[in-house]
Amino acid sequence: MLDVDIQLRLSRLTLDVAFTVAAGEVLALLGPNGSGKSTTLRALVGLLPLAGGRVVLDGTVLEDPDQRVKVPPEKRPIGLMFQDYLLFPHLTAVENVAFGLRARGIDKKAAREKAAQTMARLGLDGLAEAKPGSMSGGQQQRVAMARALVTDPKLLLLDEPLAALDVSTKTDVRRLLREVLRQSHAANVLVTHDLLDAVALGDRMVVIQDGGIVQTGTPAEVTAQPRSRYVADLVGVNLLRGTANGTVLELDGGGRLTCAEPATGPLLAVIAPAAVSVSRQQPEGGQDNIWPGQISAVDLMGDRVRVRTEGKPAITAEVPPAAVDELKLDDGGELWASVSPAAITVYPP
Amino acid sequence: MSAVDQQKQPFNPLLALLAALAALFFVFPLIGLITGAPWGHVGEVITSKSSLDALGLSIIASLSSTAIALMFGFPLAWLLARGRFRGKGLLRGLTTLPMVLPPVVGGIALLLAYGRRGIIGEPLDKATGFSLPFTLAGVIVAESFVAMPFFVLTVESGLRSINQRLEDAARSLGAGRAMVFRRVTLPLLWPSLIAGTVLTWARALGEFGATITFAGNLPGRTQTMPLAVYISQSSGKMDEAIALSLVLVVVSLVVMIVRRQSPGTG
Repeated sequence: MLDVDIQLRLSRLTLDVAFTVAAGEVLALLGPNGSGKSTTLRALVGLLPLAGGRVVLDGTVLEDPDQRVKVPPEKRPIGLMFQDYLLFPHLTAVENVAFGLRARGIDKKAAREKAAQTMARLGLDGLAEAKPGSMSGGQQQRVAMARALVTDPKLLLLDEPLAALDVSTKTDVRRLLREVLRQSHAANVLVTHDLLDAVALGDRMVVIQDGGIVQTGTPAEVTAQPRSRYVADLVGVNLLRGTANGTVLELDGGGRLTCAEPATGPLLAVIAPAAVSVSRQQPEGGQDNIWPGQISAVDLMGDRVRVRTEGKPAITAEVPPAAVDELKLDDGGELWASVSPAAITVYPP
Repeated sequence: MSAVDQQKQPFNPLLALLAALAALFFVFPLIGLITGAPWGHVGEVITSKSSLDALGLSIIASLSSTAIALMFGFPLAWLLARGRFRGKGLLRGLTTLPMVLPPVVGGIALLLAYGRRGIIGEPLDKATGFSLPFTLAGVIVAESFVAMPFFVLTVESGLRSINQRLEDAARSLGAGRAMVFRRVTLPLLWPSLIAGTVLTWARALGEFGATITFAGNLPGRTQTMPLAVYISQSSGKMDEAIALSLVLVVVSLVVMIVRRQSPGTG
């Protein structure tokens, strides 16, 4: 069980995050670049000293500035896998993997044996004597994984473990990683900016932005009810903020929506782009939730097209590619959006 | 080898001509030494007592100053590469000044600092009766002064080129500072250490100006090979000068070949 409260200040970032991770659990730390994810990891490892808070792992205090406790990095029972792997270029694969065991005083023969077993588990047989420079990206990734796992750490930290891989190897390695994490008895922290990795590998998610936590929950909870523009963009939905009065939601940025269920007070509303209809002319009839906006962007997403309009509120709609031509979306100009009240999901912020 | 490396350069006559001239420029002096050598009595000249004395002094002094460069230059290079302090640029400038300073000027400066009347040399002389000029120690000081900067600069740039996050990785794997140094930093630094050592030693072996100015030219005490060559030539014994020069050429060649074949320096 990992229990952390990290407070520290860097030149461009003030980090203040607190969370717990149970043994065997995988916590996905999701956030944009520069949000403080990697800084959190460096602090957990002990490479960056805390200004306040504490780090407790399985009842042992690893760091507590108030009590002047700071266990140095090399004494922490932690396995860390770096985004760029940081394999030692002058050592062979098996020497890289055995490094942590040797550092713990295990003799050379036993260390190599254990390293070879871990490598075999990760499908790295036959690569023992290869140098990192002669291995593919996927192989280097697995050697780095083996190196972090071989010491049976109580806390396993994975910094963007799949970010450096190309799309074709990513799927295989993600599956392997999920298998490894499923068998892990450590508290696992996975740092990523890829929603798919977080959803596929994480039991729980912590979303951080600008050095603070903006949302926690299971991947299903976080993706169904995003609380930040960042997560909403990753999931690909419209997120709007407003204040409800009955079935009318007065939006913070101007405009109003009619919802199916009455409520009062501040609310978040999610609208799937596919639920937004668009037309060039104002639709006939007096339905709710019809408003005009200027087209600001048209993007192809797989076999669908997303069009963004800057009205009150600004919204993204998903249309079939044929609509680009029919509605002459590339010409820009005014477009009417409409949303059925039943397609709006609201929840408290 | 990548595809780019394998691409053949188109033949450029001007480029080839200039390169050939540059190569010849270096080749002719060697040919001159070889053809001009008094082959009949080279062995005799080389094995004379004065030659052997000069060779012995050269080897002892150059190896000693190289050892000094390793011992004191390494911490200095570490500080310059990794340290964070004010005046670092100034410190680097000062320690590398001897590389660009005319060696004779270096010799004068050494006299004023460590000579019998120097700011350090005078109190030293009074306290112990020992003074550096006209001693083997003086030769070593002069050679160190001129050669150590090569070691410091080479090792500093080697240290800078090491990704320090590799050291972080080693620490996160449980290695203490000593083990990080021994198993990660040192092996990665090895090529720079070798290159720096060879450069430093070669510079010390060839040192002339600072040595003759600071330590004098006493046969058997401070007269190293380059000094012996110069004295032979200026006193009209050209044959002797050429023979001694050949010895220095052979020693330098051997070192270059050994360095090329030592592992990890490619």
